[in-house]
Amino acid sequence: MSPGWRLIIYLVAAPLIGGLLAGLDRKWTARMQARQGPPLWQPFYDVVKLWKKETIVVRRSQNFYIFFFLLLMIFTGGLFFAGSDLLLVVFALTLAGIFLVLGAYKASSPYSFLGAERELIQMMAYEPMVLLTAVSIYLVTGSFYVHDIVKHPNLLLSPLPGVFLGFLFALEIKFRKSPFDFSCSHHAHQELVRGLTTEFSGKALAMIEVAHWYETVLLLGWVYLFFAAMPLVGVLGTLAVYGFLILTDNTFARLKWLTAVKSAWAVTLALGFGNILVLTLLRY
Amino acid sequence: MSAVILLIAVPWLAGLLLMGIRSERLRRGVVIGTVLFAAVGSVNLALRLFQTGEVFQVDSHWVNWMMLALEAGLAAYLLRVGWKHRHPVIVAVALSQTALMAWFELSHGTGLRVGQNLFVDKFSILMALINGVVGGLICIYALGYMREFHEKHHPEIPDRRPMFFGLLFIFMGAMFGLIFANNLLWFYFFWEITTVCSFLLIGYKQTEESVQNALRALNLNLMGGLAMAAGIVLFHARTGSIELAVLFQKTPELVLAPVALLGFAGLTKSAQLPFSRWLLGAMVAPTPVSALLHSSTMVKAGLYLILRLAPVLYGTVPGTVLALTGAVTFVVTSFAAVCTSDAKKVLAYSTIANLGLVVLCGGIGTYEAVWAGILMIVFHAVAKCLLFLCVGVIEHKLHSRDIEKMSGLILSLPRISVFLQVGIAGMFLAPFGMLLSKWAVLKAVVDSYPLLVVFVCFGSAPTLFFWVKWLGKLLEVTGPVENREKEIGRGEWVAMGALTLLTGLTCLFFPLISSELVEPYVMEVYWRTAAMDHGNFVIMTIMLCMVGLFPLSFVNYKRKVHVMDAYLSGANAERSSTQFLDARGAVRGMTLRNYYFQDLLKEEELVRGGLFAGLSLLVFLLGFVLL
Repeated sequence: MSPGWRLIIYLVAAPLIGGLLAGLDRKWTARMQARQGPPLWQPFYDVVKLWKKETIVVRRSQNFYIFFFLLLMIFTGGLFFAGSDLLLVVFALTLAGIFLVLGAYKASSPYSFLGAERELIQMMAYEPMVLLTAVSIYLVTGSFYVHDIVKHPNLLLSPLPGVFLGFLFALEIKFRKSPFDFSCSHHAHQELVRGLTTEFSGKALAMIEVAHWYETVLLLGWVYLFFAAMPLVGVLGTLAVYGFLILTDNTFARLKWLTAVKSAWAVTLALGFGNILVLTLLRY
Repeated sequence: MSAVILLIAVPWLAGLLLMGIRSERLRRGVVIGTVLFAAVGSVNLALRLFQTGEVFQVDSHWVNWMMLALEAGLAAYLLRVGWKHRHPVIVAVALSQTALMAWFELSHGTGLRVGQNLFVDKFSILMALINGVVGGLICIYALGYMREFHEKHHPEIPDRRPMFFGLLFIFMGAMFGLIFANNLLWFYFFWEITTVCSFLLIGYKQTEESVQNALRALNLNLMGGLAMAAGIVLFHARTGSIELAVLFQKTPELVLAPVALLGFAGLTKSAQLPFSRWLLGAMVAPTPVSALLHSSTMVKAGLYLILRLAPVLYGTVPGTVLALTGAVTFVVTSFAAVCTSDAKKVLAYSTIANLGLVVLCGGIGTYEAVWAGILMIVFHAVAKCLLFLCVGVIEHKLHSRDIEKMSGLILSLPRISVFLQVGIAGMFLAPFGMLLSKWAVLKAVVDSYPLLVVFVCFGSAPTLFFWVKWLGKLLEVTGPVENREKEIGRGEWVAMGALTLLTGLTCLFFPLISSELVEPYVMEVYWRTAAMDHGNFVIMTIMLCMVGLFPLSFVNYKRKVHVMDAYLSGANAERSSTQFLDARGAVRGMTLRNYYFQDLLKEEELVRGGLFAGLSLLVFLLGFVLL
């Protein structure tokens, strides 16, 4: 399939899949909490309803940042599914994330300000692991390009088990799932009201939600890379990872941010760097 | 050829002239004229695109004698400074390096054959562009800045502007000399001049603190000078030559020890870890000096030397030690920048961190690494200069350079705030230059020392944090503030505006800079070169355009939206986003403050740990030379 077609499919299918996954998340979470839970399509109903709401802001320019957050998130996913450079994907993802944080800063309210600050801390916590993941994939496959990595004949998981586990850890932070949901959470028990999204409503909130769908698909696509040599195993493995993330979300209490950073970095050093160390030692 | 000599001589003559000029209008004329000359001269040099290895035969006999005389004068001056301030180390170092050089030059006086004293290649052209254009803009900025500095803000400090501007241009001329020098003795001469100029400029205020910091800078940089002198003598003893170009024709084993000594000198100038304190102390100087030291001159001299030596350092022990020093410096100073709210200090730490990355590249010494390192020098010079100049203006207008005081800057100094945002984005965000080069560094490290990647990854995380929180502070608004932008002079606007434009243009023309200047140089040295893939470049340009579109969204600014108060747990005071009613019903204000982790990360402890690590690496490096 040519990159152009893949891009078009991505643009249409990603929000659909992302939204359904979000619905699945709510359904599974409800079942784990012995509730009925909303219908699978609920996230879409939510977004449509949000879109019809009046635009309410604290600072007039705050929503501009959110629009660019969405735009850059879609762009980042596009880069990934068009088979581009993995490091470039990481940098574009960071850029997108920073627009969200800046929007929250711009709103200048204490809750969103603190949420923004904590989101930065979360970024600081997962960034080294994500970079190391890209680097270690390069060390195994010899390429940073997603279209080359997908064609790698062997399962990436087998030389990179530590990196894979470390990456899962980073994903948990990236998805803002408990125990790392200290900047903003999907659950009602958020300590910062609604963290960095406190001052966003209506269309802006809808955009944040849709950006999150795109992000989910992008990151799960990355998880798939570890299994790319066996497509069927890959799809099942990716779904299993998503289930695992939801399970941890529901079984762990929120950590303090300092503990989160420390543990994330410890994991990055032990599993990520350790894995690379073993790889390089084996090579010589 | 005459163009090169003029680039060195004209700023020096102008500098000497300026030392005698008291009239402000005349000074402005001379400064602007010289800056135009330097900028146009360096651009002209770049446009003429010298063929590789263009060399000059300068009748050097009298020049050498003049340099020797000037060096003797400098040595006498340094001894006097050391004596006056009771600084035995300065006296000892100055004495020993002068004795060494005098013995060397006098004993080999006629035997020192130098084929070419000056040379021009693509790397030196690039450095000349930075020095001429960025350095020139700083001088223009300094005109208005220094007037305001003396007349409004520091009437207690004696007005020594003639000396100040004179030194700026002598500094600039010495930097031109340094990047065009092939004769190592000339290189050393210009190197020492930059050391002395920076000493005088850092101590400009003549307060207790500035004198102390200037002495520290002098002290550390003289040690580098001593190492360089020893390196040159050793180099001559081994090869019988004192030409930089010869260095690359010899086998690495032969020249490795002198190269390690020169690398040591490079570390001192580029303020790497055991020596980082002088650059932090240099903050006491007026802002144009900081900008000059951090972006276009001083520290770049150290990097220039290390990157020049990179082909010899490739795959050697000293190379690995230098790479480690750079990597450790990058991580330690990036973390140190997180825990301070002093804007100039944040900038200083970030400079040292980025220099660390370039030193890392030089130490690795592969073609990829050198390509990445040179790019980083270019982008860093432009963006960092812009940031310093903005902070200088802000300090004058807000009477503080505390980042926390910059809240609402978008209202009080809107254009400066936008410039500052561009500068910060230029330092770490995706489509901009510094990120491009950081990316190149990462790839270079992966391909040579994959384990060092961990330093780059862990250093990048705090970098992201301290820049974004500053950016956030610039955006956040908690109350009405008056606009104070009217009082800023024209020279300052020109300099900052031009640098903002340059930050964008260098990214846009990145492929041109890379293919016309950086790649040919790398090609010349390594017979192969790195370049960015065409596809990735297209993507970067698309991203740059997207980010460039962001300001357009402000067209919607006046659009009808419902503006509400911020959420303050429902206890907002009447129509307020910043005031709330407390439990007794009294009105209270809220404050927003960034995290600085001061109870977790102790700046002093961090730096002390870093100094220890740097010192151990340095001992290792010297041990290598001696054994």
